[in-house]
Amino acid sequence: MMSTIEKRRCAGFDLDVQSVRDLNGALHAAVEPGVWEVINPKGRHALAVGLTLAHEVRIVGHAGYYCAGMNQLAKVVVEGNAGTGVAENMMSGKVHVMGNASQSAGATAHGGLLVIDGDASARCGISMKGINVVVKGSVGHMSAFMGQSGTLVVCGDAGDALGDSLYEAKLFVRGKVASLGADCVEKEMRAEHLVLLTRLLQEAGSGAKPEEFRRYGSARKLYHFHSDHVASY
Amino acid sequence: MCGIVGLFFKNSEMEPELGHHFAPMLETMCSRGPDSAGFAVYDQESREGWFKLSLYHPELGYEWSKVAEGLGAVGFEKVANHVLMEVPEPDGPVLQQMQLRWPEVTVMSAGRRIQIMKDMGTPQEVVERFGVRGMRGSHAIGHTRMATESAVTTAGSHPFSTGMDVCLVHNGSLSNHNRLRLNLEREGMVFHTENDTEVAAGYLAWRLKQGKSLHDALEASLQDLDGFYTFAVGTHDGFAVLRDPVACKPAVMAETEDYVAMASEYRSLAELPGVEKARLWEPEPGVVYSWSR
Repeated sequence: MMSTIEKRRCAGFDLDVQSVRDLNGALHAAVEPGVWEVINPKGRHALAVGLTLAHEVRIVGHAGYYCAGMNQLAKVVVEGNAGTGVAENMMSGKVHVMGNASQSAGATAHGGLLVIDGDASARCGISMKGINVVVKGSVGHMSAFMGQSGTLVVCGDAGDALGDSLYEAKLFVRGKVASLGADCVEKEMRAEHLVLLTRLLQEAGSGAKPEEFRRYGSARKLYHFHSDHVASY
Repeated sequence: MCGIVGLFFKNSEMEPELGHHFAPMLETMCSRGPDSAGFAVYDQESREGWFKLSLYHPELGYEWSKVAEGLGAVGFEKVANHVLMEVPEPDGPVLQQMQLRWPEVTVMSAGRRIQIMKDMGTPQEVVERFGVRGMRGSHAIGHTRMATESAVTTAGSHPFSTGMDVCLVHNGSLSNHNRLRLNLEREGMVFHTENDTEVAAGYLAWRLKQGKSLHDALEASLQDLDGFYTFAVGTHDGFAVLRDPVACKPAVMAETEDYVAMASEYRSLAELPGVEKARLWEPEPGVVYSWSR
């Protein structure tokens, strides 16, 4: 019988030699969680998507679109930048981008933790549904647009229209906010928010101080159509 | 969709390698635009008082020698269904004469340095057809098209040039191009297709003709062009990139001491020399980036 250590032996993939389909096929076919290293990603799309086991995947270089999309349980680390839609629709697990992320990082994701060491561009956390996102740099415009649940933590600045048409997602920003979107307002930082923020910063390995952040959330005026708010729709 | 790429050498020693590095950039963008492809290359300057023409006729057997003779060209180089020649007398009269005497011929580009070639087919086919790999020059921009707002034709392919040595490639679509085309026609600009990008190229050429710098012309376009776009622009000695303020369309840039490169996706930059140490970034929305030498 194989020992646990042998089962978790690192498998290497060189995407200059093997295809993305080979990689994802092997990750999906595995019956036990494993440790995987992927080299020469060179911006290829859909790396390590749809994982359902607690794999540990290390991508050495820049990933393309939708990296680690639909992730469940796995931990995926990108040692480089990630393209559009990293960790989109993630359910659980952890995705860590050591460089910058392009637009729509963590889009529509239901759970798990997305950590971006650099900046994320526009629409970070768009339509988030429960994911926690920690960006150590800044985020672009329309971040957390239509966010329904979950938390977006921005250690740097936020671009225009932060939290536009927001539902119940919680937003924390340490730096400047260029402008707030429709129905997004600054809110009081209460003790339970500091507890949440402290935990997320810790999980993300950020040294930022929770008390330096400000909290933003929904004014809850756009949930239902009301003629008094017609100008805001 | 559509894919756009641009490569601008800051180091002139790299000029012989332009096609070698540029061809794979264009080919990689096939998945974003398999319908047609095209490119503009800026190579050695024409002789004083002469300028370069890139001409197109769909028939491979077209009798080009009459055109060359009529324009006073010393000779011509046939590259698939395009022909490159140097003709005397820059500007207006030659181009007007072209339209009157050989209306079946399309002028793809005119200028001291620019040569545009574009055609239907996948980027791989277009790269092979025109021998892109062997080309040299200081900068090149290219486009792979997934047609949305007008037909798949050679004329509707990018880049578009409506001014001497100026060309534009575009990912996106413009919503006010019909009105803008009418306004520019009143200003004397001439358009040959229904394509929105040709209007944007005409707009830039008009602004440059007014004496604006490339940078200022693009700044002005932020006010006057409505729609979504990522542009890459080539001029006689310059290269520029602009994304609209909403920035729906992607762009990634890489800069080293030797070159500046842009592409719709990082995949197209991945094989450039020294890219692993390059400064990589996404152009900010509504910010003009330009280089010249």
